[in-house]
Amino acid sequence: MATLQKQADLLPPVVSTGIVGWLRKNLFDTPLNAALTLLALYLLYLTVPPFLEWALLKADWSGTRSADCSRAGACWVFIEVRLNQFMYGFYPVAQQWRVNLTVALLVVLVLPLFIKRFALKRWLAALILLVYPVIAFHLLVGGSFGLVHVETSKWGGLFLTLVIAVVGMVAALPLGILLALGRRAENMPVLKALCVAFIELWRGVPLITVLFMSSVMLPFFLPEGLNFDKLLRALIGVALFEAAYMAEVVRGGLQGIPKGQYEAADALGLGYWKSTFLVTLPQALKLVIPGIVNTFIALFKDTSLVLIIGLFDLLGSIQAANSDTNWLGFSVEGYVFAACVYWVFCFGMSRYSQWLEAKLHTGHKR
Amino acid sequence: MTQMTDPTGAPPRPPFWNDPKIRAIVFQVVVTLGVIAVGVYLVRNLMHNLEVRGISTGFGFLENRAGFAINQSLIAYDQTSSYGRTFFVGLLNTLLVSGLGIVLATILGFIIGIARLSRNWLISKLAAAYIEIFRNIPLLLQILFWYFAVFLNLPPPSEALSLGDAVFLTQRGLYLPQPMAQSGFGWTVFAFLAAAVASYFLVRWSRRRQDRTGQLFPAFMVSLALLILVPLGAFMVTGRPLAWTVPALEGFNFTGGLSVIPELGALLAALSIYTAAFIAETVRAGILAVSHGQTEAASALGLRRSWTLRLVILPQAMRVTIPPLTSQYLNLTKNSSLATAIGYPDLVSLFAGTTLNQTGQAVEVMAMTMAVYLAISLVISFFMNWYNARMALVER
Repeated sequence: MATLQKQADLLPPVVSTGIVGWLRKNLFDTPLNAALTLLALYLLYLTVPPFLEWALLKADWSGTRSADCSRAGACWVFIEVRLNQFMYGFYPVAQQWRVNLTVALLVVLVLPLFIKRFALKRWLAALILLVYPVIAFHLLVGGSFGLVHVETSKWGGLFLTLVIAVVGMVAALPLGILLALGRRAENMPVLKALCVAFIELWRGVPLITVLFMSSVMLPFFLPEGLNFDKLLRALIGVALFEAAYMAEVVRGGLQGIPKGQYEAADALGLGYWKSTFLVTLPQALKLVIPGIVNTFIALFKDTSLVLIIGLFDLLGSIQAANSDTNWLGFSVEGYVFAACVYWVFCFGMSRYSQWLEAKLHTGHKR
Repeated sequence: MTQMTDPTGAPPRPPFWNDPKIRAIVFQVVVTLGVIAVGVYLVRNLMHNLEVRGISTGFGFLENRAGFAINQSLIAYDQTSSYGRTFFVGLLNTLLVSGLGIVLATILGFIIGIARLSRNWLISKLAAAYIEIFRNIPLLLQILFWYFAVFLNLPPPSEALSLGDAVFLTQRGLYLPQPMAQSGFGWTVFAFLAAAVASYFLVRWSRRRQDRTGQLFPAFMVSLALLILVPLGAFMVTGRPLAWTVPALEGFNFTGGLSVIPELGALLAALSIYTAAFIAETVRAGILAVSHGQTEAASALGLRRSWTLRLVILPQAMRVTIPPLTSQYLNLTKNSSLATAIGYPDLVSLFAGTTLNQTGQAVEVMAMTMAVYLAISLVISFFMNWYNARMALVER
């Protein structure tokens, strides 16, 4: 009588495991996909190696003059020579420590906010929002405490971009929240109409016309002789513009809160401000964090528009350097450098928002 | 007892300064007065400033002679034309670049968005890289790159890149052969219109028949054939009344044919590539928003895969996709105003730029420019609300 004997298990077929299996499953599972894969590889072959060759292998890294570049590849010397201008604009070199200190102070102050167990977050946030701007203003503008006065027309480069972006963000968020609350105030039709008109007016026109208006038209609306800083005018334009977008994001969050939350707050006897700031608004803001960060990213990219009204932000100073007669023909290097800087900031913010979204997502996942 | 109880049992009214209704009225009156006060202050300043600088108000300047040249105009324009004419030239140029940009960005965006969802790992990662790269670089930088680094670095006309000696690409722009309709071409146009009307009725008839009898009729293929074959037949019968003028190098530049100025090319490239990255994300989110249960239910009903996509997934995906898609179109239209950085003669660069500088009528010019953009966005948002109301899920 034959007995059944257990044989050793066969290994899975070599074509369904390991690299080969992965390739067959993800790249070559149907003839169409195989063709697409080959096409994509060909496209990559056409673009990536020449770019790497230009940017790295044949590039010139050291020197001080345009003649030091062989022009076979990228001339990063151009960036190195101009780096100080791209970072600080025409801020006096001897005073640049003030810019560095301001940025370093902000980083040091903001970092503890990301530590989960840090207990004094409220106080620190208040310090950053109320005290830090005063310190930063005095440090950057000067004219007091023995610091030399530096005119804002000398500000420039990445530093100016950051100033516009940070001021815009800090001003746009509270303004946007107020506008959103006004738009949701059903029992005050006049206030609601004013908020709707404000929001739709700013959202309906391009930022460039707002900046034109702030630089060309604003002087007409001010009393004769009162003329304030070009940078400040641009800042006001940017902040009001982004506040309108922020208002719509916050309104989305307020609408996403179940009606029961509003009713529960009323039932507890909370007044309008208490029910808003203790119950509904925190939930609404948590709901729209991705939207808020997206608005911040848009704002960061929009800061580049100030070059059109003659401020030298990062892009503006690169554009100015491109037209330097000693360094003609290196505009590609300048643009690639600027693109990398902007990209790092925007991509970083978008990744952070995705991480937050995943962290705050408490529902079911598929 | 000092407090009187209402005989109906209703709670006592709060003192008037705590009554929400009265508070709301007082608050609104204060806000309105504040807004009016600021408005009056600003307008008085404006009037005073205009008077001091000797600027006349009103729209009379629109009739004056403009006296500057424009390098691209869709309507007849020369230096003797009026400032009012520059407004329409700029408006049409804005609409031209926005319209072309919307078409290109939609095509590119849908391709990238669907590629992002592809099961092919490489294709999906390439699409993701495209989205992440172009979405995170400012549009203005991309426009400047395309104009200064790409288009102005093309060869001069004498060494133009050419395609079949008919299409030429130079640093002065793109030159294409131009079709010239000759007598008798009207018949082809007429045949096309007739075919369009016929296919409209054909589709209606086939849908009615399907409702009545359940029989299918390949209405799409038949009307496509009608739309192509009938005009083509008319074109052939009337003796092909269409001539092409091919651009040719004369002196330092090309003459004849259609020319596309490099500013338009650069603006169009940057706008479509940038907006396509956002549209791709919109498309992807729309398709992902349709729950998997819908696909399973469709399979359970025995629908074919292609029908599942066409009849079940896409209609529901469109409901999620159309509103953000429209706002992307709106963004593209507003972003086209960045043309001013490279000198493409759009509304902002031409009218709010050159015309404003020459006339000094800042208030009127800016008001007209902003009114145009406001009107465009209001029209688009009305359309969006109408569409949303039509497509909204009807529940309980």
